[in-house]
Amino acid sequence: MNVITDNSDLFLTGFKNTGILFVISAFFALILGTIVAGMRVSPAPAMRAAGTVYVNFVRNTPLTLILAFFALGYPKLGLPSVDFLAAAAIGLSLYTATYVSEAIRSGINTVSVGQSEAARAIGLPFMQTLTLIVLPQAFRSVVPPLFSVFIALLKNTTVAAGFSVFEAGAIRAYLSERGEPLLPGLLWVALIFVVLVLGILTPLQRYLEKKWRVAR
Amino acid sequence: MSAVLFDVPGPKARTRNVYLNVVTVAIVVGAIAFIMFRFYESGQFTAKKWEIFTFPRVQETFLKAIGATLSAFAVAAVGSIVLGVLLAFGRLADTKWVRVPCYWFTELFRAVPLLILMMIMYYGLPSAGVKGITPFIAVVVGLILYNGSVLAEVFRAGIESLPKGQREAGLAIGMSKGQVLRSILLPQAVRSMLPVIIAQLVVIMKDTALGFLITYDEILKYANFLGSQGQYGSPVVPALMVAAVIYVGLCLVLSGVAKFTEYKMSSRVKVIKAKVGLTS
Repeated sequence: MNVITDNSDLFLTGFKNTGILFVISAFFALILGTIVAGMRVSPAPAMRAAGTVYVNFVRNTPLTLILAFFALGYPKLGLPSVDFLAAAAIGLSLYTATYVSEAIRSGINTVSVGQSEAARAIGLPFMQTLTLIVLPQAFRSVVPPLFSVFIALLKNTTVAAGFSVFEAGAIRAYLSERGEPLLPGLLWVALIFVVLVLGILTPLQRYLEKKWRVAR
Repeated sequence: MSAVLFDVPGPKARTRNVYLNVVTVAIVVGAIAFIMFRFYESGQFTAKKWEIFTFPRVQETFLKAIGATLSAFAVAAVGSIVLGVLLAFGRLADTKWVRVPCYWFTELFRAVPLLILMMIMYYGLPSAGVKGITPFIAVVVGLILYNGSVLAEVFRAGIESLPKGQREAGLAIGMSKGQVLRSILLPQAVRSMLPVIIAQLVVIMKDTALGFLITYDEILKYANFLGSQGQYGSPVVPALMVAAVIYVGLCLVLSGVAKFTEYKMSSRVKVIKAKVGLTS
């Protein structure tokens, strides 16, 4: 118990940065993932191919490697420099976007054919069929898989600790620097994650799922 | 499927698609060319930075690192499947004293980040007096606890998606509940869930890279080590490129196996589809 009260500054800053990283990455992953999902069902074959290659390549690369590239490799390229938090956020967004796009694509497939047929019958072009008719319905049906993607993202933010970002995963290193007992400290970190996942995100998922359920 | 979102293109749509294709190709090629140009400009393609990969000694150690990744993967994969089956059986048990702990076990270990699990194993336990924990053990046990819990849910969903008659028929011919579970329900559940199970194996393969962060000598750690060799121009980017190619290759082989088995299964028996959320 003492570990968390004595080092509350560490835990607060750590989880604050975890939160920042999570919100930024979730936001951009959702946008990018939706665009990629749209590309993968678009009428232009080159767009479909580009989306497929991106998803298959990034999904088969470990997140650790992607973050390592942005933290260690990117600064060597002589491009405008970004701080470690931003680098981690870029890596996490690019990685999570592939999972978001797969979830949304499976949602698009659950929307019944009649919906898009009706949209086309009244003369809507592809973009309007997608954004006005299909996607709003698809989003409702993918609440559970999207939430498991975001829960995975929350847990994945800890990997950024390996690349100079001070967040929840890095609390361990600071604790050992201060000579605090590591096991209780780490168990506290684990417990906070359990509370965040089972206490906040999972109930939120249940609530949204119920609220946005579509009667079919 | 996806083709229903647009009509068969007429002459106008065909020209528009040609434009769209050209623009997409231009953007993609442009982006790749820009990245390549940056790589080239910053000297990532100079012979000096790649020379280190030509040494037999380095190649040998790289192979050893691949071996370390694969052995962690193999042990963790087998362990996760065994733990997954046990936990799934536990969650389907009649006794409350078995069912409830198994439920909390799967829920808890899926909620804790894998890296934190590995850190508890590698840094936490020794500080509390537990001896003999190598990075390999920490990586493998962490992977088994997490992926075993995920696979338990997969197996359970597979068993529960089977028609009720299967279980009833088994009980009717006098088999015990355990026998029904083992020799009737589990084989069918595994068959219908095989694509999901193999997809989870790909996740295990990727997550072995977390071992890098707790000093396990696997591919990424060795690549990072090579990247820090100053006398060869610190080839971080080339080393990460090599590591990426190896990882993507390994995972694509596994994904290929998944696609192949999915195809084989769906052409032979009607696969019962159950919805399972896959998390990475």
